[in-house]
Amino acid sequence: MADLTTKTDISRQWRSHGRTRRSTRTVRVTASALITAATVLAVLVVPPIVQLDEQAIDLALKLRPPSPAHPFGTDDVGRDLLLRCVYGLRVSLLVGLVAALVATVIGTAVGAAAAAFGGWTDRIVMRLVDTFSSVPHLLLGIFIVAMFRPGVWPVIVSVALTHWLSTARIVRSEVLSLRSRPFVDAAISGGASRWRVTARHLLPAVLPQAGLAAVLMVPHAMWHESALSFLGLGLPTHQASLGTLVQTARGSLLAGDWWPTLFPGLFLIVPTLAIAGLAGAWRERINPRRRSELML
Amino acid sequence: MSRRVPLGAMARMAGRRALFAVPVLLLVTFGVFAVAAASPFDPVKAYAGTAGLTATQENLDQLRANLGVDQPLVPRWWHWVTSAATGDLGDSSVMRQPVADVIAERLGWSTLLAATAFTVAVLLGTALGVLAARRPGGWLDRITSSAAYTLEAAPAFWLGLLAIWFFALKLGALPAGGLTDTGSDTVSPDQVARHLVLPALVLGVSQLPWFFLYVRQGVADALEEDAVRGARARGLAEPTVLLGHALRSGMLPMLTLIGSRVPELITGALLVETVFSWPGIAAATVQAAVSVDFPLLAALTVLATAAVLLGNLLSDLLYGLADPRVGFDG
Repeated sequence: MADLTTKTDISRQWRSHGRTRRSTRTVRVTASALITAATVLAVLVVPPIVQLDEQAIDLALKLRPPSPAHPFGTDDVGRDLLLRCVYGLRVSLLVGLVAALVATVIGTAVGAAAAAFGGWTDRIVMRLVDTFSSVPHLLLGIFIVAMFRPGVWPVIVSVALTHWLSTARIVRSEVLSLRSRPFVDAAISGGASRWRVTARHLLPAVLPQAGLAAVLMVPHAMWHESALSFLGLGLPTHQASLGTLVQTARGSLLAGDWWPTLFPGLFLIVPTLAIAGLAGAWRERINPRRRSELML
Repeated sequence: MSRRVPLGAMARMAGRRALFAVPVLLLVTFGVFAVAAASPFDPVKAYAGTAGLTATQENLDQLRANLGVDQPLVPRWWHWVTSAATGDLGDSSVMRQPVADVIAERLGWSTLLAATAFTVAVLLGTALGVLAARRPGGWLDRITSSAAYTLEAAPAFWLGLLAIWFFALKLGALPAGGLTDTGSDTVSPDQVARHLVLPALVLGVSQLPWFFLYVRQGVADALEEDAVRGARARGLAEPTVLLGHALRSGMLPMLTLIGSRVPELITGALLVETVFSWPGIAAATVQAAVSVDFPLLAALTVLATAAVLLGNLLSDLLYGLADPRVGFDG
């Protein structure tokens, strides 16, 4: 009898352990999805619907700490920081999305071409990729922006040009592993051209991986935009982005006012974690053998 | 226990990598020159500054010829490469010094900062990683892992600013930036040490999550291995099992990281040195970029690439040393 109870205890313990594990994962994914949805909604909906001017200056209200009227406080010329952060997130997210999209398209094209052609093309292209991966991303980005002067497009170009390398590697190795699969052999022996095999059979099969890389690249690209803007090499200061917000807040920070610095940073961290959480769940789906870890 | 260190094989590997580095660096410099040539940036206008607005076309052309920028891309690039090989990297307009002098003056401070930060990250990351790996899913693991992911997502410049606010302004405990106290014109070790604390901590903490997560993963995996189970079964003390067995075999993934983290370290240094006005090479890079100082920027980009290649070599050497199966063929 005593034996039996211990057994049930153990099994119950195991089961409950499994359940808590699964539930924390579900909670994590749900929270990530909610935050991502909230971010996208805030960015899409707030600016057109809420007819508030983010540039509205009220010098009487400058550098007020967070209060019910201004939940995030106001900046050094009395602009509402919550509104500025939402607009900043909008710009940063937009830059991140476009840059990630461009980088993924370039990376997929180069990686698939290198793998599909093979031989010397592959060797030369991948050596070039290796070469340019050995320049630190931010440094290369800084160099490109410095040469083309700050602005939205140079930032997007510099982030996109520094980030396609990893996608190219992922896509190439996926295509190479797919090329030896029976369905590709079947297509080739069926008389399909190289182009058709690539476009019809190989590319659709690598799209989930490329998509995952693209999703993970969005927060990374946002991070790059913020870093460039913070260094004074990104967007012009009057245009709210998460980076320019922190940069302009530097002056007030040295005077002891922490809120203009704190909140834009949080606006970068929270969506990053949410997107990474979602991407982790997605990766678990397309590749269940890999252990789920947040990947940033 | 001790194995003979295969110095010959290591030297051959270093030599091969050095040979391989030459075309890589040449290609990177060429890329740098090509980007500059494609950009609207005009070195003559940058050199002449406001005087360029009133100068005659004749003077501007003369200046163009003097600077050598009237030549096409390839000869200009080759001229730069050949004079760089003799140690002449041109003059920096923003520092008003030869580029070689700027690098010589600042490289030491950057190395000091990066080395201190790296030590902080490795020590702290290893300690926390081992502790967290002891009970995967336990409260310590959960807290440290969540903190690590949050830190990973936090930009280093933001962390630096908040650190300045808290430690320098709120507590008044540490200086907010620079290398020495304001008004002091001598560089004394104790001043440098005090000014080093905040930037090194911030840079170290921004590098910490990776080390922590890898050590945690490595040690947690190693704890499942037969060797560790055997050590447990023999009744060895927990610290011996953790440090002597699990950490030793879990260190391997981390060794490969040490060298390959150079790009992230450079990225972090670019931000942290700027925030703390640290007189290092990364802060100079940002200044050069802001005022479009091409000679300095080009030289520093190449230098950073060389550092990355050196880091890769270092990590492969360490990996080969730690795991003889890997060898030194790469």
